[in-house]
Amino acid sequence: MDIFANLLGKLNWHIFPQDTLTRGATVSMGLIVIALFVFITFKKKWKWLWKEWLTSVDPKKIGVMYIVVALIMLVRGGADALLLRAQQATSVGTSHGIMSANTFQQIFSAHGTIMIFFVGMGLMFGLINLVLPLQIGARDVAFPFLNLTSFWLFAAGMILVNLSLGIGDFSAAGWLAYPPLSELQYSPGVGVDYWIWSLQIAGVGSLLSGVNFTATIIKMRAAGMTLMKMPMFVWSVLGCVLLIIFAFPILTVTLALLFLDRTIGTNFFTASGGGNMMMYINLIWAWGHPEVYILILPAFGVFSEVVATFSRKRLFGYTSMVWAIGAITILSFSVWLHHFFTMGAGADVNGFFGIMTMVIAIPTGVKIFNWLATMYRGKISFKTPMFWFLGFVGLFTVGGVAGVVMAIPPADFQLHNSLFLVAHFHTMIVGGVLFGYFAGINYWFPKIFGFKLHEGLGRCAFWCWFVGFLLAFVPLYILGLMGATRRIDHYSPSLGWQPLFIVAGIGAVIIAIGVAFLFLQLVVSIIQRKQNLDKTGDPWNGRTLEWSIPSPAPFYNFAVAPVVNDRDAFWAIKQARKAGDKVEKPKYEDIVVPKNAPASIIIGMFALVFGFGMIWHIWWLSIICFIGLLLTIIVRTTSDDTEYVLEASEVEKIETELRLKRGYA
Amino acid sequence: MNKKYRYLVLALLIIVFLFFAATYLHHQNFEVLNPKGPIARQERNLIYVALALSLIVVIPVYTLLIVFSVRYREGNKKAKYSPNLSGNRIAEAIWWIVPTAIIGVLAVIAWNSSHTLDPYRPISSDKQPITIQVVAMDWKWLFIYPQQNIASVNYFEFPKNTPLNFEITSDSVMNSFWIPQLGGQIYAMPGMSTQLHLEATSVGSFRGLSANISGDGFAGMNFVAKSTSETDFNSWVYSVKNTPNQLSYNEYNILDQPSENNPPSFYSTAQNGLYNTVIDKYVGPGGQMSRMSM
Repeated sequence: MDIFANLLGKLNWHIFPQDTLTRGATVSMGLIVIALFVFITFKKKWKWLWKEWLTSVDPKKIGVMYIVVALIMLVRGGADALLLRAQQATSVGTSHGIMSANTFQQIFSAHGTIMIFFVGMGLMFGLINLVLPLQIGARDVAFPFLNLTSFWLFAAGMILVNLSLGIGDFSAAGWLAYPPLSELQYSPGVGVDYWIWSLQIAGVGSLLSGVNFTATIIKMRAAGMTLMKMPMFVWSVLGCVLLIIFAFPILTVTLALLFLDRTIGTNFFTASGGGNMMMYINLIWAWGHPEVYILILPAFGVFSEVVATFSRKRLFGYTSMVWAIGAITILSFSVWLHHFFTMGAGADVNGFFGIMTMVIAIPTGVKIFNWLATMYRGKISFKTPMFWFLGFVGLFTVGGVAGVVMAIPPADFQLHNSLFLVAHFHTMIVGGVLFGYFAGINYWFPKIFGFKLHEGLGRCAFWCWFVGFLLAFVPLYILGLMGATRRIDHYSPSLGWQPLFIVAGIGAVIIAIGVAFLFLQLVVSIIQRKQNLDKTGDPWNGRTLEWSIPSPAPFYNFAVAPVVNDRDAFWAIKQARKAGDKVEKPKYEDIVVPKNAPASIIIGMFALVFGFGMIWHIWWLSIICFIGLLLTIIVRTTSDDTEYVLEASEVEKIETELRLKRGYA
Repeated sequence: MNKKYRYLVLALLIIVFLFFAATYLHHQNFEVLNPKGPIARQERNLIYVALALSLIVVIPVYTLLIVFSVRYREGNKKAKYSPNLSGNRIAEAIWWIVPTAIIGVLAVIAWNSSHTLDPYRPISSDKQPITIQVVAMDWKWLFIYPQQNIASVNYFEFPKNTPLNFEITSDSVMNSFWIPQLGGQIYAMPGMSTQLHLEATSVGSFRGLSANISGDGFAGMNFVAKSTSETDFNSWVYSVKNTPNQLSYNEYNILDQPSENNPPSFYSTAQNGLYNTVIDKYVGPGGQMSRMSM
């Protein structure tokens, strides 16, 4: 019996959810997963799924998988948000709402973790995978196998977070798990361990992606594409991936130290034994603040592409934009302390970081003015991506002002940890990051799938998100000024906060309808795809290389390696053709294409079970998985059979077929 | 329905909504914007100044956004179209320089106010300051008056126009000590002592709370900070002195057990040096820093 117990670590029969709310959520999520499996089996699609998607190293397919995962997680994180709003709208005075304080705390911790790591990062890596190789005229990323491995590590982290719903519990210590609350003494369950290992595994994936895309941008640009001829999205991704390379190791180390504290009793961050919790708070934000810019920079890049394309004009102030991205990239490492002005650092320290925080607003402001100037004397076509852009400028400006106010340390003393702060960062992350990626999905969708997304439903989604956002977060700004703190599961009726919380709840419901519209847009667009086919490969009159090839883009991207002479490479080509340039007959060449990589999914699954073993202290399982993981890497990296050659004649055949199918020569 | 009418109805609905919202908000207490002491008042003024300066950027952004969207829409044949316009030195110089100038002004304000409103900086006054030692516990606040040798839980009184020197620690996880109408917060952390200096300029009961998540009972970590006249304060101290409970080590350890939503309670005496003992509980080999040094 003892041996048995030891074999299973901390697992036992009491790990399943005890309260109805969590049980309901677990059962419904479980049913959805089972239904999905049954459906795939019934349709006999497993082989297809395995060959065409799960093991494919085509960055466009990896990108789609990232986005699918991120959209599913948006529903999970959104459901969490609705529960939080329901609790705060009802838990007043004698009523204690719909859940216990502990459940409430687990939900807001899960909401933050999921939205940042698995929605924000997922949409971001998804779009980078879809677009970046195409924009620089490359056929793939620098390390295709590594790219798929990153995705599977991301997926493993995502599965771990969701396992915590049904097996054990999740962290109740907030999305950044400050010690001592996250230490074993105050959080004895497995919740914080779930948090540590899901982020640890997903974080390693992010770091590998950072390395991969840096190498891709540096080494794989088309002939003639000097750095200052790169599309703005590529510049923004370069800033983002450089930040990832420098920031994510900090997260890895911080999580590892917290794990050691909790598991083998070290005292890095404990309250006693010489530990120092303030060190954790510095470390986590030394990663955490750059993380915010990691998320927002590619969104800036999307907007730069969107506003230029839909204004049919060159991007205004390209050089300024590049410098602004550079400034933001560097400065984002010098502002982390503004997350804890209230920790008692001296006036000099607070003053310095306050000023640095304000300074970062300058390049951001410059970018906004340059986007506006791009609209000046343009011919603006108001398609869905443009709506997301306008909404972004409207919200992001307000959020930025709130940010500048809080950058003054003594003002922050009164706003820190209040709902004003919560409203501020939601304005930046919803209005900036999410709006940016939704714009990007609408913009690049035809390039990947060959047909456009439904316009009307896209606008419905936008308006629900925009109006819902105002209703959900303006009350939080107001509540913050009334002195309402974040993360409270209950409050006194005498404070008069309830009406505002109810309005915020209504706003959240409207956002949920917006999410439903996003899915409806997808479904309707697929059903009506014949009406929205993109036959030209250039549905928006685009400016950059990705629009020069057919839609959907063939798996090798470019049949003929492009040569770039202009920042707006494809626009310049189109202008030249208008002026009478002949389209040369393409000279096809052999293309080296990477083979599918089943090793990536195996590594991901080993990492998943390894993490599960670490969480539940099933050491033998973790050891076996770790060895299996290493062996898989060794076998794969020593294999020579990872690529094949697509002959020029074969390329010509595919290209001719594509052209015939689309009905253009 | 005609499109114009639809917009009219929508506008009316928004106006009605805003009217009700304004009526409701008019009666609410915006604690951060309704200061009752010098620190909170200066902090509020900083918020206003920063907001006002930001408007110099915000107003042009919104104006340009709306004007350009309308004027340069595809359907407007009258507007100029310059597809190759890709920059303008003067325009770009303006939007590098103007925000830089605004941030320059704000930077000076931030630097100076960080020093004048440093929570560690005592408030100058001709009145003798009162020291209150604060211990954040699971899940309540303990207030110890070393000069008066009394203690209380989730409630304390003090005379108005008298500087208050708070020394703050935690006997549990991290919390944040915040009385919105008197001034900004500071973290309460085990094994170390942070400081906060506040003052009230009028009498009244002010809401205090923990602003940093600390576990199950976090939402109930509220207390009342009551500002009174000097004589009322003295009679309050006198009445506490006559309560039966005494805060010995034993009594402290009983209090230290986790509990939620504690009503106010009072102790006629407090064990000598209790506050330092609480800090010392956490000081391990090598010791703790009492103030973060960078």
